[in-house]
Amino acid sequence: MSFFILTSTACIFIAVFGYNYFYSRSQILADVEKNSEIITVATVSKIEIVLNGVEKVPSYLARSLESSKPSLTELQKRIIDLLQTNSEIFGSAVAYEPYAFDGKSRYSAPYICRGQYGVLVPSFLGNDEYQYFFLDWYQMPKELGKPVWSEPYFDEGAGNIMMSTYSVPFYNYKNGKLIFTGIVTADISLEWLMETIKKISSHQSSYSFLISRNGIFVSHPNKDYIMRESIFSIAEANHDNDLREIGRNMIRGGKGFVTLKNHFAGQKSWMYYAPLPSLGWSIGVVFPEDRLFAGIGKLGAIIMAIGGAGFFALLVVIIAISGTVTKPLRVLADKAGEIARGNLEVEIPTVRSHDEVAALSNSFHNMKVALKEYISNLAETTAAKERIESELKIAHTIQMSFLPKRFPPFPEKEEFEIFAILEPAKEVGGDLYDFFLIDEEHVFFSIGDVSGKGVPAALFMAVTKTLMKGIASQAVFPSMALSNVNQELCKDNDSSMFVTVFCGILNFKTGELLFANAGHNLPVLISAGGEIRWLESPPGFLLGIMEDTQYETSRMILTPGDTLFLYTDGVTEAMNSQQAFFSDPTLIETIARCPDQRTPEAIIDCVLKAVKAFTGEEPQSDDITMLALYYRGKGSRKK
Amino acid sequence: MNDYLCLGLKVVKMGSIKIGVNIVIVSFLCFLPAIAAAGELRTMTFLPQWLPQAQFAGYYVAYEKGFYSKHGIDLKILKGGPDFPAAEMLGKNRTNFTTMFLSEAIQQRDKKIRLVNIGQLMQRSGFILVAKKGKGISKPLDLQNKKISMWPNFQVQPRAFFRKYGIEVKPVSQGATVNLFLREGVDAASAMWYNEYHTIINAGINEDELTTFFFDRHGLNFPEDGIYVLKESYGRDRELCCKFVKASIAGWKYAFANPDEATDIVMKYIKYAHAGGNRVHQRWMLARMKDLMQPLDPNVPIGNLNPKDYDTVAGELQKNGLIRTILPFGEFYAPCLE
Repeated sequence: MSFFILTSTACIFIAVFGYNYFYSRSQILADVEKNSEIITVATVSKIEIVLNGVEKVPSYLARSLESSKPSLTELQKRIIDLLQTNSEIFGSAVAYEPYAFDGKSRYSAPYICRGQYGVLVPSFLGNDEYQYFFLDWYQMPKELGKPVWSEPYFDEGAGNIMMSTYSVPFYNYKNGKLIFTGIVTADISLEWLMETIKKISSHQSSYSFLISRNGIFVSHPNKDYIMRESIFSIAEANHDNDLREIGRNMIRGGKGFVTLKNHFAGQKSWMYYAPLPSLGWSIGVVFPEDRLFAGIGKLGAIIMAIGGAGFFALLVVIIAISGTVTKPLRVLADKAGEIARGNLEVEIPTVRSHDEVAALSNSFHNMKVALKEYISNLAETTAAKERIESELKIAHTIQMSFLPKRFPPFPEKEEFEIFAILEPAKEVGGDLYDFFLIDEEHVFFSIGDVSGKGVPAALFMAVTKTLMKGIASQAVFPSMALSNVNQELCKDNDSSMFVTVFCGILNFKTGELLFANAGHNLPVLISAGGEIRWLESPPGFLLGIMEDTQYETSRMILTPGDTLFLYTDGVTEAMNSQQAFFSDPTLIETIARCPDQRTPEAIIDCVLKAVKAFTGEEPQSDDITMLALYYRGKGSRKK
Repeated sequence: MNDYLCLGLKVVKMGSIKIGVNIVIVSFLCFLPAIAAAGELRTMTFLPQWLPQAQFAGYYVAYEKGFYSKHGIDLKILKGGPDFPAAEMLGKNRTNFTTMFLSEAIQQRDKKIRLVNIGQLMQRSGFILVAKKGKGISKPLDLQNKKISMWPNFQVQPRAFFRKYGIEVKPVSQGATVNLFLREGVDAASAMWYNEYHTIINAGINEDELTTFFFDRHGLNFPEDGIYVLKESYGRDRELCCKFVKASIAGWKYAFANPDEATDIVMKYIKYAHAGGNRVHQRWMLARMKDLMQPLDPNVPIGNLNPKDYDTVAGELQKNGLIRTILPFGEFYAPCLE
């Protein structure tokens, strides 16, 4: 964002600066052109006045010679008069056509010029080596039929000063025809002209130059150019065709304001040029561009400096402002990162402002507090749960330790075999089984199922089992044991829990079996002959509900080879994924298919496998307890 | 310099002719190259037919580069110009070698100056007529009845040209400048391609605004600068004469190969002679000299006089009554290069 703002500002600044620069530049150029024009025009007029004055003098003499034929002395006198009255003229000649003066001489050209100390020196021009008829000063006015200023020339005799000659033709009538007779000349020094041109400099570091009709430099700051180079030779040397075109326009009497390439003035420059009409020459005033635009260059530098400083200040301010806006956000982002890494102890900085950042900061703070509280609660809960789980594990161990677990429990008793398992659905369960010898002939066995599950059921199971063991060891009949246990359980049973129990006492010497049922599932009897049936018994009421419940004891004689199979409803009510029960008939079928129906451990293992196969992946919903007793009878122990 | 009586254009020109007898020896201006054994060198003088300019670049370069001393000549280059007519100076034995136009030399020989050509350096005529297209002149017949300026001493070629095309012109004597032409005082002017033509260009007239008539393209090739000695000198010391030619040709070849250096050398001589001319002009002149000195047949070495050209020039001169008899080619030309 800082970059965007700065770029936009820079663009605006550059646009304003550029417009200012180019507008100033064009204004300066317009001013320079106007000033140059004014000064040049003034200079040209001044020069023209002088030149026109000079032009009149030989013209007057020429006209006088058309109407008179003076003698040589008279002619010389007229020339002397001319020079004496016109100090700006250095020399003057009257040159006649061959034999035109006196009919005898081929060369008739009296010439008088100023010698040293201003003394007028007379002489005569023309001889076979110096045939003036073929020289420009004579020939050009003659051929053109009009007065002509010569190209400039250096006069060595006059101390190498630059001169130009104005030549005026004159004519005479002969037989009614106008015949060219000769030329009157006036030589002038160009020193004053060069001085005047030099003074044209409307602007510092500008300079002016003068070129002749042929483009030759008559005056120029570079002395090597004078009379040696022409504007066209400079153009040719530098392959500058634009300069050549400028030069052509100059010598044709044009005027203009143009640019010049570097080579002309050592750097890019501008030139105003205007003609000197009398001479047909041209004045150029040259302005080096860097000086011309030095003012705006300086102004530009100052503006750039101010702009640069402003730009820097703006940068600082933008960084500061954007810093105050984004710093809390950055801090919040950092803190959120730390929170994400799990450090809830970080301090969320308080933002004093009342903007969105402050709201966000508050939200972060609240979130942090809530998270911290939640995590703290979670930690406590987890700790409690772990403790409970640990306690439950201990409880499980304790519960299991209640049950007889050593198999075979009575290895010295060959008349029967007994085996049992209890697999609680949770850490602790409400099922129970027990067996113990009452005396040397009787063994007591029981199986039970407490209502509910978990710790209450386990506790109730523990109570039941303890009571059962204490009472059954005294009892003669199972019904008595159940009645007594029921009475004990009913006392202070505020939780209204109950338990189903099947128990029996087997005289393993005789095979007499006494048994009673308190609401428990009917056991299965696998007779020695292979018959499998339910062991019918009078239905008794559950233990722990009604204190005065009476139970009945049933009696039967086991035949050696009979097996009794006891179980809890965790077996028959085991559910599969379709919510179907394992069921009583399936139990009977399962036992019938068990390969070994004589060994208690094998039967239990067989049924347990069938139940597990039936439930599959379904979690165990109830405790599974099974107890099997095989009656072998006296002295028929399997080896 | 006391000859100058007073100021002004004309007296300067007048006075200068009086210096004629006092030959200005340029080489005194410390131009002498180092010479190992001066005793072995023969001192000779050379007079270019005009003021210092690139028309004579090869001689100045050969001198500056020590080619003459290498050939056993201790050469002094004399200042040429209008005041020192080459033929006269040679005839009076005031110089050993000089250069001249072929047509001039043939005429001078006819006037009993016993000169011989020992090397014809320029093969083609640089002499042209130039006119402004704006005057409606684009072919020879357009010159009919036009005012044409001609140099008094160089009228044979243009007159032969006019005769060839049956043109009547209004002749005007041409002076030292082309200003009359530039001011449109005449319709066409004489010009040397290597000199005045470029002066016109350098006075702001573009080449495409000009029509040029090259005489050699109209069957009137008058080869120009050649090297001349007196017949007696040649007979007496042929070997030395030929060494001069060889050294000069070497100078020219060097100048063409190194035009900038050659132009610098020419400019130095121009400055010493206080002659006019800028560098660009001299550079142009040198390039044109190269064009004009190159024989049409590239296998022919530079410096030979073609008998056909001799016949053309001598024939035209005789037709104009400028010579009485045509000297046999072998009498006029003493080749050094064979």
